[in-house]
Amino acid sequence: MTPRRRGSRDALVGHLARSAVTRREFLRRMGGAGAMLVAGPTLLAACGGEQAAGCEFTTTNIGDNRTLNFANWPFYIDVVEDGFFETTSIQDFESETGIDVNYLEEVNDNDQWFAKVQAQLSQCQDIERDLTVLTDWMAARFIRLGWAEQIDKSNVPNWVNLVDSLKSPGFDPNRDYTLPWQSGMTAIGYNPQLTGRELTSINDIFDPAFAGRVTMLTEMRDTMGLVMLGMGIDPSEATVDDARAAAQKIKEHRENGHIRRFTGNDYTEDLASGNVVAAFAWSGDVIQLQADNPDLRFLIPEEGLMLWSDNMLIPGGARNKTAAETWMNYVYQPRVAAKIESWVNFICPVKGAREAMIELGEEIGDEELIALADDPLIFPDDETLAKTHIFKNLDEEEEREFNELFQDAIGA
Amino acid sequence: MTTTAAVTGRRRWVPYLLMAPGGLWLLIFYFVPIARLVEVSLQSGIFPRYRFTWEVGNYLRLFTDFLPHLQRSLLYGLGATLIGLLIAYPLAYGIAFRGGRYKNLLLVLLLMPFLMPFLLRTLSWRIILADNGPVVEALRTVGLLGADGRLLATGVAVVAGITYNFLPFTTLPIYVSLEKIDRSLIEAANDLYASPVVAFWKVTFPLSMPGVVAGSLLTGIPAIGDYVNAELLGTPEQYMLGNVIQSRFLRVLDYPSAAALSFSLMLAILLILIPYIRATGTEDLVA
Repeated sequence: MTPRRRGSRDALVGHLARSAVTRREFLRRMGGAGAMLVAGPTLLAACGGEQAAGCEFTTTNIGDNRTLNFANWPFYIDVVEDGFFETTSIQDFESETGIDVNYLEEVNDNDQWFAKVQAQLSQCQDIERDLTVLTDWMAARFIRLGWAEQIDKSNVPNWVNLVDSLKSPGFDPNRDYTLPWQSGMTAIGYNPQLTGRELTSINDIFDPAFAGRVTMLTEMRDTMGLVMLGMGIDPSEATVDDARAAAQKIKEHRENGHIRRFTGNDYTEDLASGNVVAAFAWSGDVIQLQADNPDLRFLIPEEGLMLWSDNMLIPGGARNKTAAETWMNYVYQPRVAAKIESWVNFICPVKGAREAMIELGEEIGDEELIALADDPLIFPDDETLAKTHIFKNLDEEEEREFNELFQDAIGA
Repeated sequence: MTTTAAVTGRRRWVPYLLMAPGGLWLLIFYFVPIARLVEVSLQSGIFPRYRFTWEVGNYLRLFTDFLPHLQRSLLYGLGATLIGLLIAYPLAYGIAFRGGRYKNLLLVLLLMPFLMPFLLRTLSWRIILADNGPVVEALRTVGLLGADGRLLATGVAVVAGITYNFLPFTTLPIYVSLEKIDRSLIEAANDLYASPVVAFWKVTFPLSMPGVVAGSLLTGIPAIGDYVNAELLGTPEQYMLGNVIQSRFLRVLDYPSAAALSFSLMLAILLILIPYIRATGTEDLVA
């Protein structure tokens, strides 16, 4: 169904390719090597002198705005290969505006990227990036620390195309600093052949029959959020006590061997090879897995599911701030958003993108592209969206406590 | 007379001058960071506002919260080193003494897999050891594993991963010291009616000790600090101290605990190293 799945290949290459194509890419597992490389120098810099809270950046918008340094996640924008179009969105943008895009696929993991840039930002130095994409909670941290530039909305008139459900998140109620790049849902991916039955509830993941054959995510908000929903707690209003209860439940099931691992993107590989029968999973990944293994399902649990976004954010001191705003405005045109979505397969935050995708499909005469507009995981219906929850916007102290509890629960 | 004095004066300084670049390097990139590490490890507070408060509690957490992780680090790291030696020694011996004209080819074959990135090699083990993979199937068939048994996500997989990943670092030093041995010494032992076994234990093995020591150090030190194998091949029940340091540093932003744990791990390794090196000696390592 999705066009960028390329025929069949042997198992090993398939495994690697699969993990390579997904967004929270396998480099995240390398958390390892990469983290160690950045950890050394940053650990030093981190303790070098006073940490400023709230910065006065002196380099904001002093550049010529002829280039845009854009730090994004791997495989998070359209490319020509395996796509529907002759040109990429970046090329279109360059020829329309004359701005050169220096596109860097360097954000593999929110925490790791934070570790990489925090030393400079905390000294109020710019990081030579004009735009980056960060998940809600990390964007919230940047705003809290004063490391985000306020968006000049007069440069981004198209921001009105932002879907209503994402217009006013807790961490940025007026969208002064961020605009969603993509959203996605977190719930359970499973293989009915191996579970032997249909799943309906989040708590099905605790079924003793699946002992040692289920995984959860290392992203605190995704895993804690789903477990809380299963316990009847609303993650958008969770207290520390709620977090403690959820962490306790996770810990018990980790210690008795029920939960096999806590994963980044690599659950896809375990799910595809049958090592696990059910996993906490991201919607976009499951769409891609289904291309190889149509049996796999993404469960919309009766208790609800988690919704997250990755947001475009202009880091403090960005030299080409106007260029970044020009880009934001550009991608918030429905036709551009539809083109990016045709490759990326997460949830599009731009109104009218679905119609634009059908329109584009008719123009180039591609049935597959038109069919993509009907995928409920890319353009979810209102009923599904009504079941989604966004994790609470935590303050510093809560974030530390929640993280502490969660890390203890997952045994790290 | 004065010129001679000047020359001897200069001569006295030459060694220090020659040592200066290395010394400066160590000072800037080793001692200063370590001092910083200790400083951070005694801080307290919430990111980004840490204050130096002599917070010794950061170190106590090693014993209250993370003792199992430390134990696993030592158990897995030292276990893998030992298994590595048992595999590497016969391998190096075979190449050095029986390799003949294929010696170089055999060395290349040994190193070839390591041209592939470390992470890809480890990830490939996930496929080999998968629950439905050939290894598990075979072990189930012969009854070594129960019907529900698995290899992936167990301590066995973690130790196997560490052993495999560090194997060349064990093998090469042993190979080099075996290769250097003067063969006439072994012939002499044989001429003096030593059986091959006796000749090996009395001549070959003692002469290869520098390689064994170097190989075990090169493997053991990084193996104890490793966390990638536990992350990819184990479960949280196999996590080592390295995993905790990583999550403290990257996820919880608790730099003081991360620093305290790192420093403790360095101390632990040092405490193991000192008696080991005393017992085996390092003089031959530099020869």
